[in-house]
Amino acid sequence: MIEFRSVGKQFDDGTRAVSDFNLVVPSHATVVLVGSSGSGKTTLLRSINRMVEPTEGQILIDDVDVATQNPVELRRSIGYVMQHAGLLPHRKVIDNVATVLRLCGIPKKRALDRSAEVLGTVGLDSSLYTKYPSQLSGGQRQRVGVARGLANDPNILLMDEPFGAVDPIVRAELQTEMLRLQRELEKTTVFVTHDIEEAFALGDQVVILKKGGEVAQIGTPQEILADPADDFVRSFVGLERGQRTLRIEEKDGQRIVVDEYGRPAGVLQ
Amino acid sequence: MSLINDTVAWLTDSAQWSGGSGIPWRVAQHLGYTTITVLAASVVAVPLGLYVGHTGRWKNTAVLVTGALRALPTLGLITLIVLLTSVGLTPAIIALAVLCIPPLLAGIYSGLEAVDPATVDAARAQGMTETQVITRVELPLALPLIIGGLRSAVLQVIATATVAAFIGVGGLGRYIIDGLAVRDTPRVLGGAIIVVVLALLIDALFAVGQRLAFRHASPADSHPQLKEKTA
Repeated sequence: MIEFRSVGKQFDDGTRAVSDFNLVVPSHATVVLVGSSGSGKTTLLRSINRMVEPTEGQILIDDVDVATQNPVELRRSIGYVMQHAGLLPHRKVIDNVATVLRLCGIPKKRALDRSAEVLGTVGLDSSLYTKYPSQLSGGQRQRVGVARGLANDPNILLMDEPFGAVDPIVRAELQTEMLRLQRELEKTTVFVTHDIEEAFALGDQVVILKKGGEVAQIGTPQEILADPADDFVRSFVGLERGQRTLRIEEKDGQRIVVDEYGRPAGVLQ
Repeated sequence: MSLINDTVAWLTDSAQWSGGSGIPWRVAQHLGYTTITVLAASVVAVPLGLYVGHTGRWKNTAVLVTGALRALPTLGLITLIVLLTSVGLTPAIIALAVLCIPPLLAGIYSGLEAVDPATVDAARAQGMTETQVITRVELPLALPLIIGGLRSAVLQVIATATVAAFIGVGGLGRYIIDGLAVRDTPRVLGGAIIVVVLALLIDALFAVGQRLAFRHASPADSHPQLKEKTA
């Protein structure tokens, strides 16, 4: 369980990213922080593994304040996946995944075995294990990034727009893969994105953030769609201009679901 | 054409190839001075370069100071240091080291600076200590530029170490300074040729070293047979 207690962050240059942010991320759940740029979502995410030090409030992991923990040890115990994968260009795929294991002092052979196993889990072909990151496609690199995050079998996985830089088809594929991994591994996951579709697809809980880390609404995707808190949320999730409104049309005895433009979206059963 | 003949004669005279003022010994002295100078300069340049490159702090100061150091005339600096201290090897080494610091320092900090910040950020987020970030990420990726800096530093020292002879120490500069004193042009020319050949040889060695470092830093780009994407 991750708990934010009145967390605030003002950067040295005076910019305020977040103020008085409160949130509980239950164990084994996926919570998605969604907002446009400047909403402080990445700042909040990076506060968890102390890549950013909050200026106010506390963050607790299983009731232990992260500020009392050694940042290096803390980071090794938390999986972190970032937008451009951030792989080491001079190390092979499998060595990249083994990085954290080796940092934790696990013998090379065992670290490589474990890395191969977790690369298999994220669905990467074994012929790619000995390639270098630049020889992989964007989607494959992201899979390696996820594998690296999972290698040490952490309880917590932090994901900072991990699928933001890949094309829509690969993104959808990676999201499906992510849902499968979540079902299988049940990591406590904090996921940051600016894409509300992605938030709804992956989040058990979705936190919609306004500028400055102000929470506009917290809820399941269903709750948010059924009862948007205010006009900001309504517009952010696309309910405002009749987007997301689906109608049913009868056609040859079949009930067809159509979107706001009358385009068929599917068949109702 | 007699100058060329005389120079060739000087270079091929067996008397030049042995003894305390022979070419092998002078070359050894010259390389020895170069090594000591580069090591002395590294004591200052390496920690400073790592600090500036890793933290990004004092960057402007580093650029200004290295630029100013580069502009110092070697001979003037040596003379000044000799006047302030005494004649001997130490002032020569100090003067040469001062001039050797800028390219070394610039190679290190610009090399570290050129490493993709996202890669460094990711390494830190995985739980690398700052030392591990430097030794396992920044240094290997910066190595081609660092060796580039070392290469120009070493070449500069090899070329300017000849002025050490001006204040009475050895090295290949002896042939040039002494030759000039007694108007022995073949000796001056012969000494100059040896310096040039030595510089070219060392430069070639560094070119190979730089290529190896590049291969290490971006392995995928330097093996064309591996290059086709598997996507």
